[in-house]
Amino acid sequence: MTVPDPYVLQTLLGRRKMLARGTIGSVALASLIHSGTSNASDDVASSSGSRGILKSLPLPQRAKRVIWLTMAGGPSHLELFDHKPKLTELNGTPMPESFTQGQQLAQLQGEKLFCLGPMFPFERYGSQGTEISRLLPHIGSVIDDVCLVRSMTTDAINHDPAHMFMNTGSQIAGRPSMGAWVNYGLGSESEDLPGFVVLVSTGKGRSPQPIAARQWSHGFLPSRYQGVQLRSQGEAVLYLSNPNGVTREQQGIDVDAIQSLNRQQDLVQHDPEIAARIAQYEMAFQMQASVPELMDASLETKETMEMYGCEPGDGSFASNCVLARRLAERGVRFIQLYHRDWDHHSLLREELPLRAREVDQASAALIKDLKHRGMFDDTLIVWTGEFGRTPMSQANKGPIGRDHHNRSMSMWLAGAGIRGGMVYGATDELGYAAVENVCSVHDLHATMLHRLGIQHDAFTFKFQGLDFKLTGVEGAKVLEDILAS
Amino acid sequence: MLYPIAIRIGAAMLMGAISLQPSPLFVLGQAPPVPDRVEFNRDVRPILSDACFYCHGPDASHRQAGLRLDDREDAMAHQAFTPGNAIDSLLIQRIESDDSDAIMPPPESNKKLTPRQKEVLKRWIAQGAEYQNHWSYDPIRRPEVPDTENAIDFLVRKRLNGLGLKPSPEADRRTLIRRLYSDLIGLPPTPDAVNAFVDNPFEEDRYERLVEGLLSDEHYGEQMAMHWLDAVRFADTIGYHSDNPRNVWPYRDYVIRSFNSNKSFDRFTIEQIAGDLLPDADQETRVGSCFNRLLLTTEEGGAQPKDYESRMLADRVRAIGTIWLGQTTGCAQCHDHKFDPFTARDFYSLGAFFADIQEGIIAPREEGMAVMSVEQRSRLKQLDEALADARKQFDAIATQLEDAQKAWEKEITEATVILPELAPDASSDEAQKKLAKSVAEGLRASHRTSQQIQDIQKYYRSLAVAPFADERSRWQQAEKERNDFYRGLPKCIVTKSTDKKRPVRLLPRGNWMDESGELVQPAFPAYLPQPDLRGRTLTRLDLAQWLVSSEHPLTARVIMNRLWKQFFGMGLSKVLDDLGAQGELPVHPELLDFLASEFIASGWDMKHMVRLIVSSKTYRQVATVTPELALIDPYNREHARQSAFRGEAEIIRDYALKVSGLLDDRIGGPSVKPYQPDRYWENLNFPPRTYVADTQEGQYRRGLYAWWQRTYLHPSLLAFDAPSREECCAERVRSNIPQQALVLLNDPTYVEAARALAARILREGPRSKRERIQWGMREVLQRPARDEEVETLLELLSKHEERYEASPDAAKALLQVGLSSTPSEETWIELAAWTHVARVLLNLHETITRS
Repeated sequence: MTVPDPYVLQTLLGRRKMLARGTIGSVALASLIHSGTSNASDDVASSSGSRGILKSLPLPQRAKRVIWLTMAGGPSHLELFDHKPKLTELNGTPMPESFTQGQQLAQLQGEKLFCLGPMFPFERYGSQGTEISRLLPHIGSVIDDVCLVRSMTTDAINHDPAHMFMNTGSQIAGRPSMGAWVNYGLGSESEDLPGFVVLVSTGKGRSPQPIAARQWSHGFLPSRYQGVQLRSQGEAVLYLSNPNGVTREQQGIDVDAIQSLNRQQDLVQHDPEIAARIAQYEMAFQMQASVPELMDASLETKETMEMYGCEPGDGSFASNCVLARRLAERGVRFIQLYHRDWDHHSLLREELPLRAREVDQASAALIKDLKHRGMFDDTLIVWTGEFGRTPMSQANKGPIGRDHHNRSMSMWLAGAGIRGGMVYGATDELGYAAVENVCSVHDLHATMLHRLGIQHDAFTFKFQGLDFKLTGVEGAKVLEDILAS
Repeated sequence: MLYPIAIRIGAAMLMGAISLQPSPLFVLGQAPPVPDRVEFNRDVRPILSDACFYCHGPDASHRQAGLRLDDREDAMAHQAFTPGNAIDSLLIQRIESDDSDAIMPPPESNKKLTPRQKEVLKRWIAQGAEYQNHWSYDPIRRPEVPDTENAIDFLVRKRLNGLGLKPSPEADRRTLIRRLYSDLIGLPPTPDAVNAFVDNPFEEDRYERLVEGLLSDEHYGEQMAMHWLDAVRFADTIGYHSDNPRNVWPYRDYVIRSFNSNKSFDRFTIEQIAGDLLPDADQETRVGSCFNRLLLTTEEGGAQPKDYESRMLADRVRAIGTIWLGQTTGCAQCHDHKFDPFTARDFYSLGAFFADIQEGIIAPREEGMAVMSVEQRSRLKQLDEALADARKQFDAIATQLEDAQKAWEKEITEATVILPELAPDASSDEAQKKLAKSVAEGLRASHRTSQQIQDIQKYYRSLAVAPFADERSRWQQAEKERNDFYRGLPKCIVTKSTDKKRPVRLLPRGNWMDESGELVQPAFPAYLPQPDLRGRTLTRLDLAQWLVSSEHPLTARVIMNRLWKQFFGMGLSKVLDDLGAQGELPVHPELLDFLASEFIASGWDMKHMVRLIVSSKTYRQVATVTPELALIDPYNREHARQSAFRGEAEIIRDYALKVSGLLDDRIGGPSVKPYQPDRYWENLNFPPRTYVADTQEGQYRRGLYAWWQRTYLHPSLLAFDAPSREECCAERVRSNIPQQALVLLNDPTYVEAARALAARILREGPRSKRERIQWGMREVLQRPARDEEVETLLELLSKHEERYEASPDAAKALLQVGLSSTPSEETWIELAAWTHVARVLLNLHETITRS
């Protein structure tokens, strides 16, 4: 232990004694105890839900939780959300140089550039007649609940840095992920589950891009804010199961003995960390029961599973959406799903429909399900890749595809007072660059934090002497126009 | 790692007060009084830096109203204050203002001064607004210390006296030996060693002898290396994207050896940064230079070289900043530092030192240099000679060969046969296929390139030739023998310098696509001492020598501050990677300066410093927190006691393996793979990888040797806060999270250790259950068990005996966890039940805590 945690400090001093001595005001004490911790040990508050660093929220809290659907690899906005008839017109002709001159490209750098028209038809959906791909009929059916952003941009054009940027607001490894930030700020409402949970599924396609565990790292925030991956195969949480030959009852006997011996030692040693250790064993033992119950989707109705389009335990994106809802019901603050294999440098025509089918129905079902359960209004859903794709074709990797692209991408948000049925921003006539209401990843983060009641530029953590913010130093804006309430 | 709460809410209430010069004891929760005589570095700079420098500091491009407050003359030229007259000073008027347009800091900065902070600033101006240089840039000043006692004790106690505090008593011997073992070699002592230390009343110097013994124990190097490897971000994989392996483990062993041989720290530094440039460069110094290659790299197709060139430069600058300078440099990639005098120019000039390193930017790392023992080197020499000899004999028949080759070419071209290496089912290796491809093309070509001509000859002589079979097979045999031997040698990527240096530009706003910035040459940061090296381009060797020159104000302070943390749980200045304006003025500046000056004066002698620290009475105190100390100095910044803290991830593993008798404590070698949950690596790709755990001794090696996969660090290590080593890490966090309980309870490593410990208890311990529990407790905790503890464990034992008697198969299942063989059937129930006793012991807070 380096710096004792406020909780520990409380134990150290004895709360009652401190108050009785009148050496510290009860308000100051409460702030000391509840304002999160140093990097040191965890507080026991997490065993009964934990308070975050923010004692009061400056903004109304529209979202109590976030479900972030990450389409890893970079889905093509030009086939899915951003219809460009002009691109069809110019299909196969050289890309006008005025668009691309002096720009950095990824795998197309130095190649001859040709326009590629959308490979799949679009259709109008919803009361506003929003055009999206026919590959996404289910999302189309809930488009009135969704705000589609067509003018997102990002700083990075390679997967690893782009994911880091999308998750942490920085391209430097080792910064905290948004899920960690949010739990640090707001704490968790769950008594026996981590506040930041990650689920990963993989398309039944080719060889998907890797995802590093740093994408859900706590970075420089205390470790307990790290994302915990729930796995659909093997143990749901690493080391969750008892060793072979040990029943839950026996595990309980051992945990009781450990707790008892630790308490006995505390009488001799007076180490405040011991109380924290006891609390962690308690929570671990509880998790051993609560996680399997959580993962058991057989408790869902047949109708629900049909709505999402999956079988219990099949490890699909749809199954993970069901789990996301179950996690949300249990008070988990930040739930992030990854669906891999959207990196269509090639085989766009062959592979994209498969990915679309894997996520379309379940993404929409999640919205419907949350509405049905009265949770839509205080859950923020975000659907995005890490970047968009070029209007130019890529043919140097086999059957035709599109390259990485950071100057335009489409994404959508829903729930938590986000304006449904809206289309925000636009790209130029070829979908190359965002030109109207151009927004950045930091703007997205600022907006998400705003929904959670957090003022992004006042939400900092001191690291290496600097006040770090999720939204960086360049300034970010809340996308006020997309907020209905 | 920083402590935001401590700073934000605690700065005034908790930390600030005790860092004051001795003054009346303050009461927790109340702001300490503003001292009568305000000191700039201690009292004022932290306020200005945190609240003002962002807009009125060193960064010219972001400066508002042209005003800078980090420079007295400049501030006065802008009429920020009138020394001696606080009330009429603009600075005071603005911080006291009620007008939201006028008040400083402005509301949108989300910064607010407390009444105490305002009072400090007022008093400072009233007293003349004197500035001081930032403490860590001033030369190191050795304080006066007597020869008659340990200087650390003298300095610590001088301050304690002033504060009216008394040091704590010396810890009992069992605690002392356990502490020393933990801190110096990272392993628990055996009960015999404890007994020898505790029970021998005649030996006056037993403590000193124990220290000497441990300092010369080869595990000392491992323990010191563990911390160093965090700092330099040592890992087995490249870090970005595919996160593929690279050959670096010989560097880890180099670090261990360096600490064990007590290589002077200046030499250690120079070898790592410039081991290839030394006049006496040898294998050892070149392996040291692997340091320069430890950064993150990528193999991602489509990544842009310029992008990664810039990332790699920045990575290296941050490394020098964290490891030696204790300066945060990262922000200067885009703009001048907002709080310290480190400029963007300093950033790129520092990066330019590394522009000569030969390496692929977007590429797999090369295999690296063969690292050989003396015997291996002479064996390789023999094999090389034998090969040259055989080759010579083969070449002696060159004319005949040439004729034969012509005939062969004619024949094969006319026959239009496919070369066997190119057949779809060929078992040839990649190099052979590549060669054959070139040959096939060459044979078809109307005009051969010189490469093709060479390749055809090479192919003919190595693969195709039919006549001269004896000569050829002798040659090929010699070649195979040599290559097989070479392949088996350890390899290490090292630094190689090239004349074709990458040009380094100052990148405007850090944007690698903007090439408008000027070219820069290697240079030392302008605000630090500048040796006279005019007239030539500076090299990495210059950089290394500069870092460890005796005039350098930072390096020795940074290293000693980190070393202090190893033995007391916290640095004297608590922000280990920032001794700049936003870091912390050391609680005890004299003590840090003493350590730094002693370190330099001793010839950068690390063991000397460790010895000095652990020999002090300060180090030997109890860790017990009295109610008085809890109130006055809860974070133990004054060292009126020792601190207790949890062991590092690796040490927790080593402890369990050691007390269970499983530990294989050999030093060095390739990284090992402990048991790991299935599919933990499933999100890795290019290529997909399956983790294959070691099936032999590798399973029981120390945690230090565990395979360090940056993007998926072993989950047990991760749970106990081992860093991923993607960035340099000066200080590990120490958390206390539920995953730690799950690891100690359920990770097969710990379950297997429990059953091995149970077997030891039954095999080596006494006969009765009660005595066995006492024996086990002594093995694990090196202390006698208390009656209450024995009762708890006896009860637990009988419960499990009952369960396993009812279900012997369950006992067997438990006893099959891990690689160790399953014992014979008649012992199952007893052993399984005792495994639970052992498991409880390995899970105790006391077991994993150094106190």
